[in-house]
Amino acid sequence: MDFRLTPEQQEFRNEFKSWLEKNLPEGWDPNRNRNFETHEELKQAYKDFQKRLSDAGYVAMHYPKEYGGQGKTLMEETIVLQVLSTTCIELRSPGIVTHGMAVPVLFTCGTEEQKKAYLPKILDGTHIWCQGFSEPNAGSDVANVSTMAIKEGDRYIVNGQKVWTSFAHMADYCLLLVRSDPDTAKHKGLSYLLVDMKAPGVDVRPMTQITGESEFNEIFFDNVEVPLNMLVGNENQGWQIAITTLMFERAMGDVVIGAAYEKSISRLLDMAAHTKRSGRPVIEDPVFRQQLARSYVEVMVLKYHGLRNFSQQLKGGIPGPEGSIGKLLWSEPNQRLTEAAIGMQGPHSQVMKGSAWSIDDGLWQYAFLRSKGNTIEAGTSEIQRNIIGERVLGLPKDLTRAKIAKTEA
Amino acid sequence: MDITLSKAQQDIAKEARRFLTKECPFDYVREMYEDDRGYTDDIWKKMVEMDWMAMRIPEAYGGLGMDQIDLNMVLEEAGRAVLPGPFFSTVMLAAEAIIEAGSEQQKNTHLSAIADGNLKGTLALHEPESGADLDYIQMQAKQDGSDFVLNGTKLSVPDAHVADVIVCAVRTGNGQQPARGITLFLVDSRAEGLTITPLPTMDGSRKLNTVEFKNVRMGPESILGEPDKGWAPLQRVLQRAQVGLSAECVGGAQRAMEIANDYAKVRIQYDQPIGAFQAIKHRCAQMFVEAESSRSLVYWAAWAQDHGDEKEAAISASAAKSYCSETFTHNAAGGIQVLGGTGFTMENEMHLFLKRAKANEMALGDPVYHRERLMRLLTR
Repeated sequence: MDFRLTPEQQEFRNEFKSWLEKNLPEGWDPNRNRNFETHEELKQAYKDFQKRLSDAGYVAMHYPKEYGGQGKTLMEETIVLQVLSTTCIELRSPGIVTHGMAVPVLFTCGTEEQKKAYLPKILDGTHIWCQGFSEPNAGSDVANVSTMAIKEGDRYIVNGQKVWTSFAHMADYCLLLVRSDPDTAKHKGLSYLLVDMKAPGVDVRPMTQITGESEFNEIFFDNVEVPLNMLVGNENQGWQIAITTLMFERAMGDVVIGAAYEKSISRLLDMAAHTKRSGRPVIEDPVFRQQLARSYVEVMVLKYHGLRNFSQQLKGGIPGPEGSIGKLLWSEPNQRLTEAAIGMQGPHSQVMKGSAWSIDDGLWQYAFLRSKGNTIEAGTSEIQRNIIGERVLGLPKDLTRAKIAKTEA
Repeated sequence: MDITLSKAQQDIAKEARRFLTKECPFDYVREMYEDDRGYTDDIWKKMVEMDWMAMRIPEAYGGLGMDQIDLNMVLEEAGRAVLPGPFFSTVMLAAEAIIEAGSEQQKNTHLSAIADGNLKGTLALHEPESGADLDYIQMQAKQDGSDFVLNGTKLSVPDAHVADVIVCAVRTGNGQQPARGITLFLVDSRAEGLTITPLPTMDGSRKLNTVEFKNVRMGPESILGEPDKGWAPLQRVLQRAQVGLSAECVGGAQRAMEIANDYAKVRIQYDQPIGAFQAIKHRCAQMFVEAESSRSLVYWAAWAQDHGDEKEAAISASAAKSYCSETFTHNAAGGIQVLGGTGFTMENEMHLFLKRAKANEMALGDPVYHRERLMRLLTR
């Protein structure tokens, strides 16, 4: 057992860090709450930066060279993503779904033609992707999607609506889960399509989140034509593809989030040292000290649990049941961390970005509100605990769901 | 980076599981609750044969010279079984203090005896006024010629009633500063003026005692390390012990979760297993989340004791002790809730876990103490 990077890995990390220092956008401040005023600026900055990463050979470290990868290992990929997550999360945000889902889906399940057509343009920043799974009536019960794809000659005709689609307003393509066979069991009639967001009939309407931002959207599909070669895997195999790709690189994801949270807790400690209550820094208050330490421990838990999991994967092992808990280990602790941050600020906690009295440029206000989405996005905490209870601990489904499963079998 | 267990480590755990399943069933734990000594010579002898006493003792003194993580494999299993007796006190408190601070002669005499199973020991730390705080040591030792004379009371000393030696932390210098003026003595439990009295405790599987010192005279040969400089080695000993106890907590938390989960699959109410209800399912899932994530944390802490720097060793020990001990308490209490009325009976085994969990949570610095200690370490 060894928790350290090898000297070579350490060297690679240092090398990348010094490259990064010279290649971030001009005026970039990792400590500022939001570096870009508009999403248009953010999108452009993302694309420019992704191009630079690509030119310098810091993208898709673990994928083969023929698809635009670097032919190295998952370890190098993780080092790159960890460093990026501590310095420029905002800058990278438009690419979260693109790199976290589209790349592994295309790489693992895509046809040779799809890989060659789409991967290089993702990696060099030309294209942004979004993921259309959720619908108004398919939230936690995601297999309930009703967006229809009907085959007509050499194409599918897609009609329906998706919702909570992050970065759809910036996206060039969409990973779309559709119903291709309405006459069979819910899980068995789904297909997985790649859809051009510029195709006629695609209508994106931004939704405003409680942070005031519009990261996510509704997408309406009105007789959208999708060529048959945009199908991933086989027709009606969409559920398996959706489920397996959701699992991909989950261990790496936890490790990357762990690195970002390590940065958060150190910023929080810093804020507590500089924010006063009754004339004294709140970091001297015994109650807040307990909260700070608790959050620190939770960050360490995420970090080392993620690394343990990831390490198992690196050794070629199948991630064990410990792999299923990462989501709960970051989402709920992040809410406690940001809650503590707000609590420490007293009346100041109400001041958002944009005042001389804003603390840390309003970062904690944003983080607090944003964290409320953490236990909903990517599978709610309740769904996570169902999965652990049923698939890991072997507990039975409740009567209603057991009945549905039975009729479908 | 490689955070997986080696084959050898997995084998240690497997062997320990096999051994304890046979030798330490819940009936044995219950028997030992009622037993004055709290263990049998038979199980002790067998544990010695398994080399458990020798794991952390350096090879030069007849041990195996293994790392903390190796011993943790056994301790996690011991926690699963709620193993009673002075195993933890001997290997994690007494032996580690002698390894850390002992002279060549003290090591020669005592460590090989521990490795061979012929010596049991413990550490006397808590005092009537110290509470859960490990930094508050007020009991005095007054110098008299080359001797020291010890007077005062140590509370909640685990397994002192069966120990041959008691490592005792006392104040020899003036003032209140924990880092100055603490001396560690290696006290023979039969020393004149020493009175050891068992306490009626909640957790009957690890007996606690008061140890009263009335003019107990100690020669210079019984000082562990240097006079007045016992605090730093004591910290390192305590950190290891906190990590070891955290491993015990992980094992206990895991077992409590398994028992509750097994019950949730077979107990039928409203025509279905109660584990089908999300109220129960999610509770079981949460127990799993906490046990599994505690295990990851304690792997780090164990590794850091042998391979991390001083700060990482200290931080990781406090992180592990605060988190893993609370996990154990959550899971044991959650276990009782899932088991319902059954879980609230003496007949069921879940109370053994709850009692050990609470004892572990309060021992070697409670979670509040460790979180405060973490803050001091982080902001230093």
